[in-house]
Amino acid sequence: MTIQSNGHSENPIKIPKIKFTKLFINGEFVDSISGKTFETIDPRNGEVIARVAEGDKADVDLAVKVAREAFDQGQWPRMTGFERGRIMMKFADLIDESIEELAAIDAIDAGKLFTSGKAVDIPSVANMIRYYAGAADKIHGQMLKMSRPFQAYTLREPIGVVGHIIPWNFPSTMFFMKVAPALAAGCTMIVKPAEQTPLSALYYAHLAKLAGIPDGVLNVVTGYGSTAGAAISSHMDIDMVSFTGSTEVGRLVMQAAAQSNLKPVSLELGGKSPLIIFNDADVDSAVNLALLGILYNKGEICVAGSRVYVQEGIYDEFVRKAAAKAKTWVVGDPFDPRSQQGPQVDKTQFDKILSYIEHGKREGATLLTGGKPCCEKGYYIEPTIFTDVKEDMLVVKDEIFGPVMSLMKFESVEEAIERANNTRYGLAAGIVTKDLNLANRVSRSIRAGIIWINCYFAFDNDCPYGGYKMSGFGRDNGLNSLDKYLQVKSVVTPIHNSPWL
Amino acid sequence: MSENNISIPEIKFTKLFINGEFVDAVSGKTFETIDPRNEEVIAQVAEGDKEDVDLAVQAAREAFDHGKWPRMTGFERGRIMMKFADLIDQNIEELAAIDAMDGGKLFSWLKSNDIPTVANFLRYYAGAADKIHGEMLKMSKQYQAYTLQEPIGVVGLIIPWNVPSTMFFIKVAPALAAGCTIIVKPAEQTPLSALCYAHLAKLAGIPDGVLNVVTGFGRTVGAAISSHMDVDKVSFTGSTEVGRLIMKAAAESNLKPVSLELGGKAPLLIFNDVDVDNAVDLALLANFYNKGEICVAGSRVYVQEEIYDKFVEKAAEKAKTWVPGDPFDPNARVGPQVDKRQFDKILSYIEHGKKEGATLLVGGKRFGDKGYFIEPTIFADAKEDMLIVKEEIFGPVMSLMKFKTVEEAIEKANKTCYGLAAGIVTKDLNLANRVSRSVRAGIIWINCYFAFDMDCPFGGYKMSGFGRDLGLHSLKKYLQVKSVVTPLHDSPWL
Repeated sequence: MTIQSNGHSENPIKIPKIKFTKLFINGEFVDSISGKTFETIDPRNGEVIARVAEGDKADVDLAVKVAREAFDQGQWPRMTGFERGRIMMKFADLIDESIEELAAIDAIDAGKLFTSGKAVDIPSVANMIRYYAGAADKIHGQMLKMSRPFQAYTLREPIGVVGHIIPWNFPSTMFFMKVAPALAAGCTMIVKPAEQTPLSALYYAHLAKLAGIPDGVLNVVTGYGSTAGAAISSHMDIDMVSFTGSTEVGRLVMQAAAQSNLKPVSLELGGKSPLIIFNDADVDSAVNLALLGILYNKGEICVAGSRVYVQEGIYDEFVRKAAAKAKTWVVGDPFDPRSQQGPQVDKTQFDKILSYIEHGKREGATLLTGGKPCCEKGYYIEPTIFTDVKEDMLVVKDEIFGPVMSLMKFESVEEAIERANNTRYGLAAGIVTKDLNLANRVSRSIRAGIIWINCYFAFDNDCPYGGYKMSGFGRDNGLNSLDKYLQVKSVVTPIHNSPWL
Repeated sequence: MSENNISIPEIKFTKLFINGEFVDAVSGKTFETIDPRNEEVIAQVAEGDKEDVDLAVQAAREAFDHGKWPRMTGFERGRIMMKFADLIDQNIEELAAIDAMDGGKLFSWLKSNDIPTVANFLRYYAGAADKIHGEMLKMSKQYQAYTLQEPIGVVGLIIPWNVPSTMFFIKVAPALAAGCTIIVKPAEQTPLSALCYAHLAKLAGIPDGVLNVVTGFGRTVGAAISSHMDVDKVSFTGSTEVGRLIMKAAAESNLKPVSLELGGKAPLLIFNDVDVDNAVDLALLANFYNKGEICVAGSRVYVQEEIYDKFVEKAAEKAKTWVPGDPFDPNARVGPQVDKRQFDKILSYIEHGKKEGATLLVGGKRFGDKGYFIEPTIFADAKEDMLIVKEEIFGPVMSLMKFKTVEEAIEKANKTCYGLAAGIVTKDLNLANRVSRSVRAGIIWINCYFAFDMDCPFGGYKMSGFGRDLGLHSLKKYLQVKSVVTPLHDSPWL
């Protein structure tokens, strides 16, 4: 179901004025050195929201210079963890005071639902900062147990200047998933937001300064991957790059890191996650979960449960209910509180998803529901479900990153496990069953970094998250993610006349 | 160079070890491994290439996906690893002799130190195998969640020639404990002991396919491993240039995570308050141990000005006790460099040092007329911009420099793209604490050097690489974290 959605919103939410459109380097908003700007588009209607400074290598060089100065000589890494935590808490409070504005910015920049942004996404990023603020003064090394008369301990020291290259699907969440632990660790950083969604990052830069993050610690260079992103990955004076995005670009980032200064990288890449629904599941709940799994955030989420395997005992009932439920799904303007699904982020994604849908039809899958764009303006696509799909079809193998589900039947648990693992990816998986033993067995058997049992998208500050196989390596969230921004130093001294080791 | 009554062992294992058997390379090719004492051929060894790597990966993949090893309890793996360690203990002399001949390493050190230590590495990780804990998490909503630490899968271990046995087990032991299956590519200069260890592994009960050894060259076997679509992780120790190739190949293939332990140019900082004799001994050890073929060699020695002249005098004197000679000669302290290439490279750096105007204090030339022996060499009055001070020489060549203040020492110590190790010699507690925090390197030795330990993580900062060997840390390289999340209903608390 669609509702009129073309930017002429019939609601009283004020579209915010865009205040920050320049690069943020060393505590100031500056034009790019070239003076160039680029457009950021509103996917509800294809119109230009604002022109944003277009950073390139020269701007990255400036940002790295100030981040290096801030790291090597500045206060931030030399403060106690507790002091860093205090400033980060202030940062979180400032975000809480601007929730509506930030939610509105992500809604127009990325087509994300305003109500979700306001109720969930933006408050969550404030809480993410608080989580890491509370960890900053608890970054412990270890006292070691040597096998000869030596005293030795490890220190966990900030790795230095880090580059964060973040995607457009969750501009705020992704920003803080990376920035928060890096700040807690005492690093300084350059963030390159996706060119599709540069706006909220610049706002956060403004708030960071207000919070008391010293100049040079957090820099934001907006621009394109092939210029600004590449400059970061190959910079000789950046100590680490953390990247979330597509597998192809992850490859480029890692290659550039290898060719330059061999900086370590962490990559969180694509996925084609299986959702396995067993006979003992409550079909209505399972249908809701499966639809959520593919339609949440218009399917623009790396952990989307895009391959749904339903055990044969409940398959027919599931298919019927899924089709019916999908038809009630409300696609419309992100500011309309009735909308459950906004527009895809831009024309490139929109075209790509539609092209996959065409592939699906041509490959002989049955189009159960959806399959076309909707609304006369903007990048909206109907919730789409294919059945009778085969494992070798493109729609089952490739990551579509849109509201397109492949629904398949299975017989035995062995078959489910095998098909679930039959992918190069390994980011997430879902299991729906009441059976304890089945849950334990299947969660151990699927090769993926996060397994959701009877739930989906159950992220948490304390829960590590990242890929197996070609979905990448390194973990975000949880205390684990601090490891990316720290390095281990061992310090060894002989001991003399010690009573014991 | 005296021969003595150590019997040079017969070389029993010269073929690839794949799926529990010694086999020829698919191509049938072999290559020579040379004795650096006399430049003669020790043996012809099977020369693996891509097809052999494919076979090894196939065996390792089968062993991982369907075999016993990852499915055993950690305790059971530990038991087999303990047996492996015992078998090594029973063959210490033979293994020591093989590394002495293949790598030019001192027989007495290998016998009393290196080889027993690798058995102990196995024991350390055997004892860790049943203690690989995940965590119960503290969620902020009504969920139960925990992490599992699961073996990452099929791992490729590419090891260097400088400490062949140590490097083999630094990587193999934690990977085995974690439950992974393995393809080892030993360096082409030193393939022999790895094949002995493969034989012992089988005797110990390591199942077929779990530990495979493919001997051969970096640009064929090493490249095949790094770019293999079915290898889940590569751990590499070696040169910076090759590290680069490995990381690129990993990125271009299946984006496998890599860990790299690369070169170094470690500073040794010696302050005024030290006992000069002890400091000199330490500096000489830091530079001449293992003929300088060690990534953490303290090749940049900075001595504070008040003791500089005395230090120089004593260093020149004591350097004479570092006598080059046959590795089997118990009086020798510096064996031959591992091969002609290294030999030539080191001599070329020495020439550079002379040309650049450093003062040649001792050494500076070849020793003897056969084999790759080089005199322990010290350059005094070296300057920061000299090649010998900037680049890793990987030979018995020390650069000696003077400093005034601790600030200057720290600045110079950090003025390098490397960051593997550093040494600090001082009695002062505050100085030790301050300087150890200030030097950007992965391991800091205070009043000691080469103080490695099984429980002590080791690895690089900056361009010396990333990832840690040794300690429980190194298990992380061979594990991956899986989070499992379930909603809770009616729980009294979280």
